[in-house]
Amino acid sequence: MAEFDVATAAVQAALDAGAGYADARVMHRRYESMAARNGEIESVSQDESAGIGVRALVGSGWGFYAVPDLSESAARVAGERAARIAAASGRLAGPGSTLLPVPASSGSWSSPCAVDPLSVPLSDKGDLLVRATGTSREHGADLAEGLYQIWDTRKWFVSSQGHRIDQHIRESGAGISATVLGDGETQRRSYPSHRGQYGTQGWELVDSLDLTAHAARIAEEARELVTAPLCPAGETTLILGGEQMALQIHESVGHAIELDRILGWEAAFAGTSWLDLDQLGGLRYGSELMNVTIDPTIPGALGSFGFDDEGTPAAKRDAVREGRWVGTLAGRDSAAVAGLDHAGSVRADGWARLPMVRMTNVGLEPGPHTLDEIIAATDDGVLMDTNRSWSIDDKRLNFQFGCEIGWEVRNGRRGRMLRNPTYTGIGPQFWRSMDMLSSETVAWGTPNCGKGQPGQIGHTGHPAAPARFRNVRVGVRG
Amino acid sequence: MASPLDLAGRVVDVVRQVAGPGAEAEVGTEYAELALTRFANSFIHQNMADALTTIRLRLHLDGRTATGSSTVVSADGVRDLVERTVAAVRHCPPDPGWPGLTPPTAVAEGGNWDEETAAAGPEQRAERVREFVETAGGLEAAGYCRTGQRHGAFANTAGHSVTGRSTEAAMDGIARCGGADGVARLGSFRLADLFGNVLGARASVKARAGVAPVELPPGRYEVVLEPTAVADLLQNLATYGFNGKAYNEQRSFAVPGEQQFDRSVTLVDDALARPVLPFDAEGARRAPVRLVEHGVTRTVAHDRRTAAEAGTSSTGHAVPGGAAVGPVPLHLGLAPTTAPSGATRPGEISGPAEVSGPVVDADAAALVAQLRRGLLVTDLWYTRVLDPRSLVVTGLTRNGVWLVEDGEVTTAVQNFRFTQSYPQALAPGAVLGIGRHPVVQSHTFSNAWWSAPPLRLASWNFTGGASG
Repeated sequence: MAEFDVATAAVQAALDAGAGYADARVMHRRYESMAARNGEIESVSQDESAGIGVRALVGSGWGFYAVPDLSESAARVAGERAARIAAASGRLAGPGSTLLPVPASSGSWSSPCAVDPLSVPLSDKGDLLVRATGTSREHGADLAEGLYQIWDTRKWFVSSQGHRIDQHIRESGAGISATVLGDGETQRRSYPSHRGQYGTQGWELVDSLDLTAHAARIAEEARELVTAPLCPAGETTLILGGEQMALQIHESVGHAIELDRILGWEAAFAGTSWLDLDQLGGLRYGSELMNVTIDPTIPGALGSFGFDDEGTPAAKRDAVREGRWVGTLAGRDSAAVAGLDHAGSVRADGWARLPMVRMTNVGLEPGPHTLDEIIAATDDGVLMDTNRSWSIDDKRLNFQFGCEIGWEVRNGRRGRMLRNPTYTGIGPQFWRSMDMLSSETVAWGTPNCGKGQPGQIGHTGHPAAPARFRNVRVGVRG
Repeated sequence: MASPLDLAGRVVDVVRQVAGPGAEAEVGTEYAELALTRFANSFIHQNMADALTTIRLRLHLDGRTATGSSTVVSADGVRDLVERTVAAVRHCPPDPGWPGLTPPTAVAEGGNWDEETAAAGPEQRAERVREFVETAGGLEAAGYCRTGQRHGAFANTAGHSVTGRSTEAAMDGIARCGGADGVARLGSFRLADLFGNVLGARASVKARAGVAPVELPPGRYEVVLEPTAVADLLQNLATYGFNGKAYNEQRSFAVPGEQQFDRSVTLVDDALARPVLPFDAEGARRAPVRLVEHGVTRTVAHDRRTAAEAGTSSTGHAVPGGAAVGPVPLHLGLAPTTAPSGATRPGEISGPAEVSGPVVDADAAALVAQLRRGLLVTDLWYTRVLDPRSLVVTGLTRNGVWLVEDGEVTTAVQNFRFTQSYPQALAPGAVLGIGRHPVVQSHTFSNAWWSAPPLRLASWNFTGGASG
């Protein structure tokens, strides 16, 4: 195929310019989104992006160069430029860079897709958002919003070590929200989560959400929240819904186990990690109910792929087993530096960005309970769901989350609604206090994970279920 | 390679061919070369550059609107972009809020441009990184040096066209010492304004002064926020408060005509003083806009659509994709106490010979000297909005906090979590001092550039410490 030829030319040019290793990704991506507000379409956009990104290693210095021109001549120039940049890195070179040895992979992979999302007529998609936001508006929302997004990405990867891989990944997702203006503040309810649900699936995922069926409920809940009592401040038993659990995992586990952070490569911006490699295999991260896996093979989850952007085949592995930290998200270079034997978690946000360690699907294995059982077993506590705000420190320890909605839990029953629920804690203390975990797992998709300089947006997945935590500080306010 | 203006004109021509004379279209094109040299553990570990041409098309046809973009600039690519946007617009519902196109208007072409910055390669960036690392004096260092150039153009079917170019450069780095980090950060349109040795020295002094921090109880403290922290206030005020879409939807705190801030607060968005193009995504000319004057909110940022909804005129703040995010004043600056003597100078981050101890510069030191008991805060991190209308924000301090007693820095303090309404922090009577020299800062490769002097505030609500 022409794309493989272009990538091969770029790799060869980098080698000819002095690189000891080089790889190249040709990518073509189509993106479509539509937003609606109060029963009317607000925006429709269709974007196309195509180009090649080349990575070269000269001595122990890395270089990366990207161009949108997919001619072989432009690819060769890109390869040469990548090698020149890598040579400049040698002016302040670190210890010798090596790559974790992996077999050279060849293959093709496509994500599952029953209904091509780009083939669904825009008018049908628009009708869905108009209907859902119109219904929310009719049921009391001051501002009813809806959004869907589609990414259709094809990529071709070649390395100087013999990789030759092509992939076709289609991602779809959608969500709605209802905002009600209160006295000096706003209240919002969303469905199915605060940014919608996303996966490596076709339009069938959006159909399965049945947005319109939930439009009235979220508007009514948002209006009820305006006059609901504030979440009380203090220390209590906290029950989190599955959607909020997904973000809790993302922020306080997923980022913390990224090997580049642990090695200090993100120290100046995204931050480091409270984890130390010396603790790998022994550190108690959480309670024995806590089993977290790194699994890019989950069909349809947002962080799934066939091969990562270094050509490593997707494989499932443990991150936390019975509460003990046992695995990291790693790439070939970071794994070699750390002396670890696994990579496979490197991806780039498009062809013009450098591949880096990213979450795939990082999630909790199911527990033995149900949400109803958790509530029934709780004498005094607060149930919170649907994320509204999130903040965590640069070591991924000290977090504070706000949720859209809360409920009192008294004597095993869900009680009155609470507004502005927030909770805060320290990661390992929090996870060690988890004493009940539901089996009702959903692989939530997060399409907005920011990391890196220049900034990259990652798509990650998080299997999660409702859970209960003890002695958590709630009701933090300004 | 076609110039951005030629390319924009070509797209307009294709729109007329495909959609007919009744179509209203606006086209923005940009050719950008952006490069970033990143270092960690005191060596360069990531080093990238790209060269990218982007076309953005917004089309209004038969009362309906759609947008599209592409990096494929061949004749086939342009035609494909136009045809799929025309196809999309025919499936869209009516757009009664279409504000029309920017009419032919005189826009001063040009922009802040520096040949040396445009020509800078990885060797020049590596040299500044080496200076930063060497002057960190053996401390572990991390950060980046970046350079870039943009050539942009805009054309629409109403006959309006404009072109411009700009360069940009920035350094942002930390030094690390015994678990404490110190930071230095500066941006400009000239790479020559950035001295790796000055920035590295400043970061290392801060890091060394941050060793062995004590944990103080949460609560309200008087604070001096250094420019790195003040930039976060500006970003959140711009995004959630002075955004015309948020204002129209009543999600903003802003009430024009009301004294919402202390009298000492004047906020001006001034793209012409930043390393950006001199026109917005709708081709409107950019000009300084006084959003807050002596504490009184005067206006919010508008593009043509939000301006029409609000019954006013565009302020030149349209951004790509603005229908979703709204117009944001991305070049917001807090006016200094007295007018600065000129453009941003590297000396505004003072070397250790000029200011001893962890305070960033003489400007901030003057505010610290007025503090009887409070905290010196270097940086705010991971700030997120709990409620957009009250603009209550939670986040953490980072890169150095110190206790100040009787005007002297006495001890390093562990990081805090805070939960604070930003407008309340700047409310009448709450601002006790503003510095004289703003420092220009930017996020990587974004078009947002904040201009922030240090700031002394009567109260900041710290709601948690390092232990929870």
